[in-house]
Amino acid sequence: MTDATLTAKPALSPQQIRRIAWIAGPVLLVIVLTLLTRSGAIGPSDWTYKILVDPFVTMWSLPDLLIQTLWEGFVAGVLYALIALGFVLIFKASGVFNFAQGIMVVFAALSLIGFYEILVGRLGIPAGYAAAMVALIGALGIMLLLAVAVERIVLRPLVNQPDIIMLMATVGLSFFLTGFGELAFGGNPKVMITSALGLPTGSSSIDVPGGRINVQHLDVAAAVIATILIVSLGIFFQKTRIGRALRAVADSHKAALSVGISLNQIWIIVWFTAGIVALVTGIMWGARSEVSFALEVIALKALPVLVLGGFTSIPGAIVGGLIIGIGEKLGEFYWGPLMGGGIETWLAYIIALVFLLFRPQGLFGEKIIERI
Amino acid sequence: MFYRDAGQYKTSYAADMAIFPLRQDRVGIAVILLIAYLGVPLLAGDFAISTVMLPLMALVPAVIGLNILTGYTGLISLGSAGFMGVGAYACYKLTTLFPEVNILVWILCSGFFSAAIGVVFGLPSLRIKGLYLAVATLAAQFFLQWCFVRIPWLYNYNASGAIEVPLRTLFGIPITGPTAEVEVKYLVALTFVVILAWFASNLVHGRIGRSWMAVRDMDIAAELMGIRLLPTKLLAFAVSSFYCGVSGALFVFIYLGGAEAGTEFSIRLSFLILFAVIIGGLGSIIGSFFGAAFIVGLPTVLKFGLPTIGIPITGAVAEKVVLMIIGALTIFLLIVEPHGLARLWQIAKQKLRVWPYPY
Repeated sequence: MTDATLTAKPALSPQQIRRIAWIAGPVLLVIVLTLLTRSGAIGPSDWTYKILVDPFVTMWSLPDLLIQTLWEGFVAGVLYALIALGFVLIFKASGVFNFAQGIMVVFAALSLIGFYEILVGRLGIPAGYAAAMVALIGALGIMLLLAVAVERIVLRPLVNQPDIIMLMATVGLSFFLTGFGELAFGGNPKVMITSALGLPTGSSSIDVPGGRINVQHLDVAAAVIATILIVSLGIFFQKTRIGRALRAVADSHKAALSVGISLNQIWIIVWFTAGIVALVTGIMWGARSEVSFALEVIALKALPVLVLGGFTSIPGAIVGGLIIGIGEKLGEFYWGPLMGGGIETWLAYIIALVFLLFRPQGLFGEKIIERI
Repeated sequence: MFYRDAGQYKTSYAADMAIFPLRQDRVGIAVILLIAYLGVPLLAGDFAISTVMLPLMALVPAVIGLNILTGYTGLISLGSAGFMGVGAYACYKLTTLFPEVNILVWILCSGFFSAAIGVVFGLPSLRIKGLYLAVATLAAQFFLQWCFVRIPWLYNYNASGAIEVPLRTLFGIPITGPTAEVEVKYLVALTFVVILAWFASNLVHGRIGRSWMAVRDMDIAAELMGIRLLPTKLLAFAVSSFYCGVSGALFVFIYLGGAEAGTEFSIRLSFLILFAVIIGGLGSIIGSFFGAAFIVGLPTVLKFGLPTIGIPITGAVAEKVVLMIIGALTIFLLIVEPHGLARLWQIAKQKLRVWPYPY
C-alpha cells in the first residue's frame, strides 16, 4: 500500500454531499418551477401551481400581509415557547414529563381572576392596580401550594418509577385539576383583568413596504415580558446557588443527593417556577382571547415545540416555539384555504413529525446514544 | 381449599403451553362466559346494560389494542381515539355503500382500514421512541379528528355532520339502529369481545407476542437476536389499530347509535383508554378488562350510586367530581400498585393457592 492511497481522501465527505443536496435541492426546485411557470407549462388552475407557486407569488406581491402573518406567528410562537418552557423546567429537574402544564396555565389564570373578583366584589377594594397586585400574589400563593402538594402527594411516593408511570400520574393530575377548577371557578370562559394589571391595550399601525400592518400593543408587551422572564430564568439558573443545585439535579439525581442537595426542596422550587411561568403564560394568553379550559388543548401544542427543540433545552424551547408558531400561521394563511381551512390544529404536529424523521433528538437535544 | 394445582399433571406439550393450565381456571372462565351470555341479558335491566355493559364492551377491544401496543411492545400511543374514529367511519361508509352485506362483516372489516392508517402513523416508531413517539401519535389524533370534521364525504354529506346509524339485521333481528333491542346489541358486542380477546391472548402467548415483548424490553438486543424491528413494530401498530378500529365501529354502531366525530373521538378518549391500560395493568389481557371496567364503571357509580345512598349530586357537578376522582384515583393506584389491577388479581390468586398458609 502506498502513501498516496493512505492519505487520499474522497473528494467530498458524506456530510458535505448531504449539505450540498440540502441547498441545491430547493434551489433546483425553484428554478424548475420558475421555468415551468414562465413557459406556461403549469398555469394557475393546476394543483401543483396552487401548492408550490401561488403562495410564494402572493407573499412576494403582498409583503404587508406576509409581515403581518409573520408577526402573528411570532407572538403565537412566543406563547408556545412559554408553555414549552414550563415543560422543560420540570423535565430537566425531575425527569417528569408534566402533562398538567397546560391545565396549570388555566388554573393559574383562573385563580388570579378569582382572587381579583373576590377582592373587588366581596371586600369592596377599589378595582385597579393595587387589587390586581394583591390578586397576583394570591395566585402565586396558589401555585406554591400546588407545587408543595404535587411534590408531597404525587412525586415523592412515585420516585424511581418508570417514565410512563410518571407521565400517567401527571395526566391524572391534569384530570384532577380540570375537575377541581371547573368546580371552583365554573366552566364558563372568563375575561382576563388586562387593564387592572397595567397591560397596554389598543393597537397601532406601522408602515411597511407594500402597506400597513396592525400591531396589538398587548402582543408587544407579551413578547417583551416573555423575553424578560426567559432572561431572568437564565440568570437564575446560571448565577444563583439554587440555580446551580437545579442544574446538578438535572445532571444526575444520585450525584446531587450525595453532595447534600435536597431533592424534595428542589422539586418544590422547580414546580413553583413552572407555576410562575404558567401564571405569566395564562395572563398573556388570557388577555389575547379569554381564559377557558379550551386553553388546555392549545397547551398541548407545546409538545411539538418540545420535539423540535429537545426536551431538555431551554433555547430549544424558544426556537422550537418560534418555528412552530410562524410555520403554523404561514401554513394556515397560505396553504390552509386549499385544504378547507382549520389545518392549524394538526400542522404543528406534522411539522414536528417530519422533523423527527430527520433529526430524532431535536434541534438542541443531546445526541441519542444507545447501549446494551 | 378449592383452588389448588396439586394432582393436576401436565402430560403433553400442549397441556404445558395451555393458557389456562389449571382446571379451576378453565371452570372459572366457563362460568364467567355463562354469566356474561345468559346471566347479564336475563337478570340485568335495560338501563344497566345500556349504561355500563355496552360502553364496556365497546371499549374493551380498544383497551386490549392499546395494551398490545403499549404494554406488550412498549410503544406509547396517544392516538387510539383517532384510530377508533377511522374504524367507525370506515364501517359507516362500507355499510351505506354496500348495505346488502351483513353489518358484522363490515364491523370486522373496518378494523383493517384502521390498521392500514395505523401502520402509516406507526412508521416513525422505528426512529423515535418513548415520549417523542407519544407526540408523533398525537399528530395522528389531531389530523384524523380534523379529517372527520372537514371531509364531508366521510359522513355522506349529512347536514348534521354526524353519523346516523342505519337499521341492520342479523337473521331478521335488528342489531343496529334505533329499533334494536339492548340485549341483542349487548350479545353482538360481547361475541366480538370474546373472539378478539381470545385471538389477542393467543397472539401474545405465541412467537409474535414474544418478539413484541423482546422489543419492549430492549429493542437493540432484540434486533441483535434476529428480530426485525420494522416489521415487528409495524405489526404491533397494525394489530393495535385493528382492535381500536373494531372498537370504534362497536362504539358508534352498538353503543352510541350515532356520533359526531369531532366530539366523540377526542383526545380525552385517547387519554381514558391509556388510563384504562395503565390502571388495568400493562401487558395483561385480563387487566384490559379490569381497566375498562374501572373507567366505564366509576362515572356511572358516582352519578347514579351517590344519590341512592343519600348524597345529593347534580349531573353537572357529578361530571366534574368524576374527573377529579378519576384523576385522584389514578394517582393513588399508581402509587399503591403501579402494575395495575391485574397484579392485584395475580396476588389474590397466589394467596388463594396457598391458603391457609402464608406461602
